[in-house]
Amino acid sequence: MIREPLIFEITDPGKKAFSMPELDVPERKDLLKDIPSREEIKDFPQVSEIEIVRHFTRLSKTNYCIDEGFYPLGSCTMKYNPKVNEKVAALDGFTSSHPYAALDVNQGNLEVLKTTEKLLQQITGMDAFTLQPSAGAQGELVGMMLIRACLEDRGDPRKIVLIPDSAHGTNPSSAHTCGYQVQEVKSNESGTIDVDDLAKVISEDVAAVMITNPNTLGIFENDINKITEIVHAKGGFVYMDGANMNALLGICRPGDMGADVIHLNLHKTFSTPHGGGGPGSGPVGVKKNLEPFLPVPLIEQNEGIYSFNYERPKSIGRVRAFYGNFLVIVKALAYILSLGAEGLKEVSEIAVLNANYIRKKLEGIYHLKYSTPALHECVFSDKFQKKYGVQNLDIAKRLIDLDMHPPTMSFPLIVHGALMIEPTETESKRDLDLFTDAMQQIAEEAREDPEILKLAPHKSYVRRLDETFAARNPILRWQLTQE
Amino acid sequence: MSYISLSDKDKKEMLDKIGISTVDELFTSVPENIKLKKLLDVPAALSEPELVDKLKEIAKKNKNAGLLSFLGAGAYQHYIPVVVDYLSSRGEFVTPYTPYQPEVSQGTLQVIFEFQTLICQLTGMDIANASLYDGASGAAEAVLMANRLTRKEKILVASTLHPQYRQVIQTYTRNLGLSIEEIDFVNSGKIDTEQLAKKIGEETAAVVCQSPNFFGIVEDIKTISDIAHKKNALSVCVVAEPLSLGILEPPGKLGADIVTGEAQTFGMPLSFGGPYLGFMACSEKYLRQFPGRIAGQTKDVDGKQGYVLTLSTREQHIRRERATSNICTNQALCLLRATIFLETLGKCGLRDMAAHNLYKADYARQKISEVKGVEARFSGTSFNEFVLSFNRPWVEIESSLREKLIIGGYDLQKDYPGLKNCALFCVTEIHKKEDIDKLAKILDEILRQ
Repeated sequence: MIREPLIFEITDPGKKAFSMPELDVPERKDLLKDIPSREEIKDFPQVSEIEIVRHFTRLSKTNYCIDEGFYPLGSCTMKYNPKVNEKVAALDGFTSSHPYAALDVNQGNLEVLKTTEKLLQQITGMDAFTLQPSAGAQGELVGMMLIRACLEDRGDPRKIVLIPDSAHGTNPSSAHTCGYQVQEVKSNESGTIDVDDLAKVISEDVAAVMITNPNTLGIFENDINKITEIVHAKGGFVYMDGANMNALLGICRPGDMGADVIHLNLHKTFSTPHGGGGPGSGPVGVKKNLEPFLPVPLIEQNEGIYSFNYERPKSIGRVRAFYGNFLVIVKALAYILSLGAEGLKEVSEIAVLNANYIRKKLEGIYHLKYSTPALHECVFSDKFQKKYGVQNLDIAKRLIDLDMHPPTMSFPLIVHGALMIEPTETESKRDLDLFTDAMQQIAEEAREDPEILKLAPHKSYVRRLDETFAARNPILRWQLTQE
Repeated sequence: MSYISLSDKDKKEMLDKIGISTVDELFTSVPENIKLKKLLDVPAALSEPELVDKLKEIAKKNKNAGLLSFLGAGAYQHYIPVVVDYLSSRGEFVTPYTPYQPEVSQGTLQVIFEFQTLICQLTGMDIANASLYDGASGAAEAVLMANRLTRKEKILVASTLHPQYRQVIQTYTRNLGLSIEEIDFVNSGKIDTEQLAKKIGEETAAVVCQSPNFFGIVEDIKTISDIAHKKNALSVCVVAEPLSLGILEPPGKLGADIVTGEAQTFGMPLSFGGPYLGFMACSEKYLRQFPGRIAGQTKDVDGKQGYVLTLSTREQHIRRERATSNICTNQALCLLRATIFLETLGKCGLRDMAAHNLYKADYARQKISEVKGVEARFSGTSFNEFVLSFNRPWVEIESSLREKLIIGGYDLQKDYPGLKNCALFCVTEIHKKEDIDKLAKILDEILRQ
């Protein structure tokens, strides 16, 4: 395929894809003398409408997406994004509502938010929710701020947050952004938190332990009762990263396992599309004791009328303007309503079944560092293929040639050369088999023809890209001088 | 409804392959004491037609159909070209993840690269990132960035910065030992630059101001930046209505060091406040402290031009607690909408749309100020918003307008107790002259009563 030029490269003066109606008020050009105005936006695009349509259509075709095929990115929960959810979120009643319009104009929106909060409470066993955070990382930040505010209220914010070595990078970063020192807790041989190590490092300086359950290896922290006991005994909080909640719907609830605060990713567990990197939504759920600190406003319902409550003296404040990524929340609500209790449980059961099926079929072909039973994902490594000079990167890139998206790579950090596979519940057995066949073929190629892997992908729109060059010689925008 | 693709036969074969007889056996690692013994208490599953009906019913409870609105205040109504919805709803854009595998994500990556270029062109800055959550969190990220760059702790914030943006800055900085002080505004509606010159010191990390400011008035970024630079502080310019950049001198030309803001205006429907689109741009020399994802140009093994996410050593997945921000997922699909919007409007269309906003808001301000009992509150030149002061409580006027199916302006007294009986009105290209005349006429009727 020939390279699709940048829009700036096909720009020509005089071309147009849009025009404004005639101005129906006086054109007071003298106003431009009172303010610093510009003559033109130099080099700004000038193309026709069909050029716009073709440009973006061609670009879209160079993307791989869930609608096209298997997308087993571990810890990302790339499940099917139901189309009806897009339709209902695009209803004019939702999209044309201004966030500052009077409450009686926006009752439907408030009903969406309150209903979603209540459903998430039921699903997670938490006592209250805020839907304000824009994505998982902002949810983490809110969660840590809530813990800090509560501890400050008790007199001492404490200093340290404990985080397992298997955690996602946003965990330590969010804790740090909240003013905490991060200390790592080791994983044991079975890939779970080393409870003895935790007992050793816990102290009254520890504000919280951030755990992901099931963890990033897909393994359920089966010592969860002990872990929460140890942390609570020292007056600390348990933060649960809900990125992997897709394994637990209707099976068990963070609120029942001693979590004090959790965040969810609506763009993972609750099927809202990832959009090539957002918008997401990262609701935060808390137990009663943290509820006074939730961001403002809270939504209240009195005799069927919804309203906002801003009178929350202990609140941490706001973390973004308005009330969250509202349309994303509409889609998640539609998803929960369409599945019901049995459907939600089935999601987790089948997600776990699919992952274990893949694991069984690839065991022995790829190295599995932890043999502990896992739930919704499995983490293999490139250890067996290394002896032929093949790395996880080569395996990933070869999958592209076989029309599949690669798994998450090189994460969690405790598995060297990791290939983290999360199939989700929506895949068919046929697609799972095609994937394991492809992985088997790649394992054979590693033995017999490793070069084919090292040069992969062969048939994609672009081949392996030089990331080192990009970082050393940053070209971060188009400029005319390039030509 | 169910989105599962396994038949009973498939399930049986898979369980056999695993060597177990029921799915329950896969959950033995979950301790018995926390396992749910009954189904979740959520409403019964809905079929697709039932779901559509249910959501339509809820959407209908929003009584916004047929209302003529003059609300802005950080969320703007603009015409969205049809191609924006058409192209941005393609599954190839909607359903991929973040472009971690560049060979199969060139569409998303090239769009980011074009967006970064457009933001640089609009703001007059060297580099831009691949979006932040929204304008408010963008302002907070800019403050944190200024603190890292200068290693100074005092931040001066214009009181004319959007009230919610100021609140978010407070929330983000509270635990990090930064102090925030506000700068008042004067009768022009601009910030008090004399007060700024007095309050600023060598300990100041940044001066944060918004232009056009919350009152719609174009601030004097050049003067503000000069004052900041004299004390080695950074000038942070927040743009909540970047359509203004279609006609205004870019902040980068006026001395701003970091430009951040909200790009909802470029193709995002109002949607009750989200998802919107935070953006950020800065001088190249600050690249290492820049937050968020960035796409960069490179070549593949055959020498073909392509794009990758780059400079990731700034980011949380590599640097963990020492990252420049904890942000991961951002607002990619909104970024795509903005890119299509801007490229469709193009050089002339964007300027024309900006000019229409300027002229229509000016016409509206003049027209309504002629009504007895109404005055324009500030003397400064505004873009598409302006403040009106009334001779009686705004809440009364607001409810009378509602009876005539008009949503008036934003009540300023809530955030600015000194602005008694004042409201912020927004007029854009979607308002026809007759809409403005109608508002003036109805206000006249209300105020005569």
